[in-house]
Amino acid sequence: MITALRRITKAGFVGFWRNAYVSMASIFVLFIALFVIGVALFVNQLLSTSLDTLQSKVDINVYFVPDAPQEEIDRISDAVRALPDVSTVTYTSREDALAEYRERNKDDTISLQALEELDDNPLGANIAIQAKETSQYEYVARFLDEQQELEQPQVPVIDEINYARNKKSIDNLTAIIVATQKASLIVMAVLLLAAILITFNTIRLAIYTAREEISIMRLVGAGNMFIRGPFMLQGIMYGLIAGILTLAVFYPILVWLGPRTEALFEINLFNYYIVHFGEIFIVIVGIGVVLGLLSSTFAVARYLKV
Amino acid sequence: MIYFDNVSKLYNDRNSIAVQEVTFQVEPKEFVSIVGHSGAGKTTLLKMIIAEDKPTNGQVFFESVDVHRIPKSRLPKYRRKIGTVFQDFKLLPHKTAYENVAFAMEANGRSDSEISENVPQALALVDLEDKIWNFPHELSGGEKQRVAIARAIVNQPDIIIADEPTGNLDPIATYEVVQILRKINDLGTTVIMTTHNKGVIDEIDRRVITMDGGRVVRDDETGKYVL
Repeated sequence: MITALRRITKAGFVGFWRNAYVSMASIFVLFIALFVIGVALFVNQLLSTSLDTLQSKVDINVYFVPDAPQEEIDRISDAVRALPDVSTVTYTSREDALAEYRERNKDDTISLQALEELDDNPLGANIAIQAKETSQYEYVARFLDEQQELEQPQVPVIDEINYARNKKSIDNLTAIIVATQKASLIVMAVLLLAAILITFNTIRLAIYTAREEISIMRLVGAGNMFIRGPFMLQGIMYGLIAGILTLAVFYPILVWLGPRTEALFEINLFNYYIVHFGEIFIVIVGIGVVLGLLSSTFAVARYLKV
Repeated sequence: MIYFDNVSKLYNDRNSIAVQEVTFQVEPKEFVSIVGHSGAGKTTLLKMIIAEDKPTNGQVFFESVDVHRIPKSRLPKYRRKIGTVFQDFKLLPHKTAYENVAFAMEANGRSDSEISENVPQALALVDLEDKIWNFPHELSGGEKQRVAIARAIVNQPDIIIADEPTGNLDPIATYEVVQILRKINDLGTTVIMTTHNKGVIDEIDRRVITMDGGRVVRDDETGKYVL
């Protein structure tokens, strides 16, 4: 048993070297397949990260009138905070709002001068509300509208709720990203299928050239496993080498691409690659090995009949 | 040791007859030549002995075993009892002469020490001691056939089956191969060979079975090539 295993292993390695040309072709095709899978992985990561970032930026701001009574502001804030769908409520006081405004316009002397002309702080307090899910903003917004309607007209508290204004652009952007993600998944699935089929056929062709050998081995009385083993080992080696090659090629590409994706999508793909290297290694090399092994096993099986 | 019992083989949905009602017996240590035109059914007979082809009717026995009742999983083991030699040599192209012969022993589960002892012996028997590390494409036709014979005998099979072993060889190589097959037979191994070379039959001067149109038409105790 151990002797047989050792012989199969040796035959696998020797066959790999003596058929170097065929081995290289198989590895190259497998490399392209794995590269496509890797690109799909990274593109998907980019899109889902930007969707997350975008969603975390979505919030509802409630601007209170400058002379709104503090207890009313607190009451509304507490009521909103008590809603089950709300994750955070950030309160900004009038003074903080003014400080923020000054900071934001520190280069704009005209605005600052205009501010100086006023006796009083013209800004009201505001709260920023973040919901747990984007879809729940609708509900939070409706709650706030009800609060606004309940107010007595002579003592206004809420000046403006900006949900309706942001809603349209946020919805549009989300729709675009989701559609892009879907489209990219479809494109990647098609590419992936093509890559797998090409790999499968290349390895099948490689083994087709060995069909005569397989029939000779059978005639000499070699058992199925003894014939199949070396080919299976070679399939695994193709996958392993192609997988490592793919990861190695991604390295310089991502070094170059990383800062650029950071500017555009707020995620540095290179950092992502380094941090998640373990998972990426398992996925890419794993798929390569499984693809190589399955292709060669199926291919040899055809010639082992009779 | 080999017994054909009323064997017929039809190809192509029973339209073309390869072998028809063939009955004969081969005793241990015999050297049997099967002669006949192309398409007379010689190769089909040999294929049925190694269970590569199934008879449509009748049975083929190896010793007392019905060859075509051997389960598929046991076939490799059965085939190891038979050494095969073919017209087109059927060597593994990516293996050296030594590795080709060793492969038959490896497949048989022999130990490394047996392999390193027996392979050079087998290659010496066919006069190829000096070419054991050459690949098949570096060998002449006669040398390739001698490697194939070394591979066929290395597991000490009970019987050697040779399908037109001299078909691709020049007269000198043919002579050498025939001498080797005779030597193997003299050492006690049964040989069944097909050929259509009259010179070979005369040289061997042993039992000849003549086939025509799938039937056995003659079975002579000593070499006669009549067609």
